[in-house]
Amino acid sequence: MAKKESSFVNMVLTLFVVTAIAALALGGVYNVTKEPIAIAKRLKIKKAIGEVLPEFDSIIETKILPQGGKDSLTFYETTNQGEVVGTAIRTYTDEGFSGRFWIMVGFVNEDIISGTSVLEHKETPGLGDKMDKKKSDWSFQFKNKDLTKYKLSVTKDGGEVDAITAATISSRAFCDAVQLAYDELKKQEGE
Amino acid sequence: MNQVQNFTKGFIKDNPVFILLLGLCPTLAVTSTAFNGLGMGLATTFVLVMSNVVVSMVKNLIPDKVRIPAFIVVIASFVTIVELTMQAYLPALFESLGIFIPLIVVNCVVLGRAEAFASKNNVWSSIVDGMGMGLGFAFALTLLGAVREILGSGAIFSFKFIEGDGILVFILSPGAFIVLGYLIAIMNRFKKA
Repeated sequence: MAKKESSFVNMVLTLFVVTAIAALALGGVYNVTKEPIAIAKRLKIKKAIGEVLPEFDSIIETKILPQGGKDSLTFYETTNQGEVVGTAIRTYTDEGFSGRFWIMVGFVNEDIISGTSVLEHKETPGLGDKMDKKKSDWSFQFKNKDLTKYKLSVTKDGGEVDAITAATISSRAFCDAVQLAYDELKKQEGE
Repeated sequence: MNQVQNFTKGFIKDNPVFILLLGLCPTLAVTSTAFNGLGMGLATTFVLVMSNVVVSMVKNLIPDKVRIPAFIVVIASFVTIVELTMQAYLPALFESLGIFIPLIVVNCVVLGRAEAFASKNNVWSSIVDGMGMGLGFAFALTLLGAVREILGSGAIFSFKFIEGDGILVFILSPGAFIVLGYLIAIMNRFKKA
């Protein structure tokens, strides 16, 4: 078969056909994978909530934009057989060593942290990433702390949180994210 | 060139990473563990084989002057298919490879093989070429990832065999350059011998 000539009509037609076929194929794949992607995302959120809160069976989700904040927090109010278990909050900070990171914080009895879990971050491997509980047990120190009494800042700043060695900025940012979640939670209760 | 040579050239003689030095951006960025390197390599292999097949099939239907945009559309479509499929069925891997999956589009290995090989050869040779080059790329990335993981975190494929922290620099970006440099040196030594 001879090579097609590069005439105007030929080029326009070829590109049109190529892009049309590509669009059809992608549309098809998108439809097939839409459901599994949504399920995978929901599972991930559910797992993250499960890590910071005791057992629950239903979730009510609300998004709240903090005053002056750049992105909204997501509140997951959970109940188990009708009884309130606690609230998991997907929160973030922009103070991280490599910019924004997201964590999940669980609160029970309004003021007590039931657990924390890092969702996504870009902190330095080997230093700042120790805040992830897969890397070290640093983040367990927040468990069961009552925020009405507990001073949520690193010891260098006069608080009670032991910073990660050589990653004070990441540790500070972590406290910042938890604080943001707590402040918003209090605001919600006040209303 | 027979098909066996056509296939094996991707591993040593024309290895995309060690010899041709193509596609170094994902090579350096994702290989902090052996598993990430393997995942990235296999995703690239899939895109490479599929785009080679399509390009070699339609090579005579595409006018010369618009061949590059047409090839890029083909490659981009396959990359998006990989991205969506991975997001749906392998969310954990998708998360660790993150931004680098969409970037397979601009990986010069893929367009390079479409332009230099598939647009001049038949479908069968193009499949073999795509497999060879892709697996060679995967092999290089896995090797690089494995060395960095062993030195950097004392583990391989997340299986930890040395307690403690390892040599941090190998997990960070400079470590990628250092390990790649040494691996290229070793490969060149072998090639000469």
